[in-house]
Amino acid sequence: MTRTALALALGASLLGSTALAGDVRVMWYSDGVEGEVMKDLVERFNAENPGINVILDEVAYRVVQEQLQIQLEAGDGPDIARVTNIKTLAPHWLDMTPYLSDPDYWRTNFGAHADWMREDGSDAITGFMTQLTLTGGFANKTLFEQAGVALPGADATWDEWVEAAVAVAASQGTAAAFAIDRSGHRISGPNVSYGANYIGADGMPAPVDDGVKTFAAKLVGWVDDGAMLKDTWVAASGSTYRAAADDFINAQIPYYYSGSWQIANLSTKIGDAFDWVATGSPCGTAGCSGLAGGAALVAIKYTDNPEEVAKVMEYFAREDIVKEFSERTLFLPAHAGVAAAGGLDWQTDDPNVGAALDAFIAAAARIEPAAAVLPSWKWASPYYGALVNRISQVMAGELSLDEAFEKIDSDIAEQVAAAQ
Amino acid sequence: MAALKQWAGAAVAAPLEWIARALDAPLRLWQRVAGRGGMIAFFLAPNMAIFGIFVLLPLVINVAYSTTTGGALFLSERRFVGLDQYRRLLTCDDYSDLLTCQEDQFWTALTNTGTFVVLQVSLLIAIATATALILNRSLRARGFWRAVFFFPVLLSPVVVGLIWRWILDRNGVLNAALAGMGLDPVNWLLERNWAFAAAIGVTIWAHLGFYALILLAGLQAIPRDLYEAAEMDGTPPARVFWRITLPLLMPNMLVVIVLALIRAVQVFDEAFVLTGGGPGTATLFLTQYIYEVGFASLLKNPGLASAASILMGSILIVLTLAQLGLGRWNERRGGKK
Repeated sequence: MTRTALALALGASLLGSTALAGDVRVMWYSDGVEGEVMKDLVERFNAENPGINVILDEVAYRVVQEQLQIQLEAGDGPDIARVTNIKTLAPHWLDMTPYLSDPDYWRTNFGAHADWMREDGSDAITGFMTQLTLTGGFANKTLFEQAGVALPGADATWDEWVEAAVAVAASQGTAAAFAIDRSGHRISGPNVSYGANYIGADGMPAPVDDGVKTFAAKLVGWVDDGAMLKDTWVAASGSTYRAAADDFINAQIPYYYSGSWQIANLSTKIGDAFDWVATGSPCGTAGCSGLAGGAALVAIKYTDNPEEVAKVMEYFAREDIVKEFSERTLFLPAHAGVAAAGGLDWQTDDPNVGAALDAFIAAAARIEPAAAVLPSWKWASPYYGALVNRISQVMAGELSLDEAFEKIDSDIAEQVAAAQ
Repeated sequence: MAALKQWAGAAVAAPLEWIARALDAPLRLWQRVAGRGGMIAFFLAPNMAIFGIFVLLPLVINVAYSTTTGGALFLSERRFVGLDQYRRLLTCDDYSDLLTCQEDQFWTALTNTGTFVVLQVSLLIAIATATALILNRSLRARGFWRAVFFFPVLLSPVVVGLIWRWILDRNGVLNAALAGMGLDPVNWLLERNWAFAAAIGVTIWAHLGFYALILLAGLQAIPRDLYEAAEMDGTPPARVFWRITLPLLMPNMLVVIVLALIRAVQVFDEAFVLTGGGPGTATLFLTQYIYEVGFASLLKNPGLASAASILMGSILIVLTLAQLGLGRWNERRGGKK
């Protein structure tokens, strides 16, 4: 009797500590409210599918950036993950095609961004974008009105926006006129607007060109003259990401260049403290481009349960689920059917949100070809990292612009060589 | 009451006795077979296994990684490049101009770390000694003051970094206080010298209590009669400090110097949370450089990070050997006297 009880206890403890067939672990990070929405969707999936147990592991974005790759290289990790480093890690994604009940549904609705999340030349179906994002600006409308400064129009240049924001800052006594997130991704749309092209004829990184040099010089000048908030870029080293959202939320800057993923964050935290508008991307000499991107939900090829993983992915990619997810999170949907049908019922009482989402949808039409290819370009990440690292050093007075450009080229070349 | 204590003692001892009795015969047998040396090895084996698996093996693997390149995790999938990573770290066209170095930020981190070690350790030891001397006097509420100085040691380094960031930030407590007094605010974490000074100050604040405690223990071990004799002779206080206190405090001081040096070379957590390595690379230290290259960068380079960590380890070994040498020299000097 005692032996039987011991054996049962041992068996139960083993079962408790081991991943069961049917378990699907999802590594998920949140920018805004999407974690809550996802929890709700997971609960509903688990209730509808008793044979599959989806476990949602909510982690910080930094964990996904720094630890997921190491887990994947070791042939380990979750079964599904929400990632932004989509192209670089593409060799680790699972081709779900054999497990999907209707692969054509995926090709039709998510095909436009499929190359972002698979290796060059592959036709694998590895996941889908949980949302499309686009870099762009936000203006504190209330501060502009109080200062008596008109909001620049849709074709206003970066110089015109900065000039207007400087006038508002001077009138309202804010810490600075504007800020851009400390991120190579964020300044790449503006770089392209000034004619930059990161990709050489051979598909490898090209040396920094006049487009990059022009906008980099502007950025440094704006930090020097105090127009751009110094804290965001200068107060860190390396490729550390820093957002300036809190400075905009606290009305410390009248203009903020970030992206559409901030909409829910701004709406939640600003509330009715002031009115704000999305402005799209200011123009350069070659266009008014933002940079598209987003987060993808991808299946990991080291999963023990590929069929269950495909079922879970099919659920989250369902048209009605994507629509609900987008409406509740205020994210732009990447599902072609949902986008084409329109009529999304954004779940918010904030009047700024609908207009902001419309502004970003309108701005998407102005993405330049050189920016449109970057999300699916393998070497974008080292390019972004080198830009941030070295331009910050110029802002801190450690390098001249020419030295920085030389270093950016050599940093990228060394990183590419080391990665090959 | 006594019976209860006796009963509790017996209850605790009983299982131990039972285990000892059960092990007695096999251990005696093993001693007969393996001899005295075998018994020593037997008892050391668990510790050595833990040390080998968690310290020695990773060290060897780290050395192996430093001779490879690529983003792959497994050594078998990585390309062997010999000493190329070390060459990349150490090569400069002109060593007087760090920008000409292939890995200029490694050199920046090395220079920053060197400057930090010299300034932070000197200040830390001076302040810790002064604190210990004060706390060794018969103060009112001495226990309270000792606790006040020791309290920051109990805080997590991340918490320390965050607290001071809230204080020193552009919109932080310190600037609010300055504004309240009608003074201009200062961008403490955006000015190179202030940020470096902040990194030094915060790490001193965080660790001072620990080192002061070691020195205090040393001070309390100095016989009182030496001070009484000096007082009777009318020896000035400064002379008492240099001729009695400091020489007799030297064993503890050496421990403090070495621990503080090693900790300063490894500086990372508080400084990283406080300044993020900025402004620019003004507070980029070696450990952060290794972390950035090996973990934080979007294209990670574990080979280069390993090589940098081996070089940093070499610096620590040199410091430790210097400490051992100093310790022996001090012992010999003490023996001669």
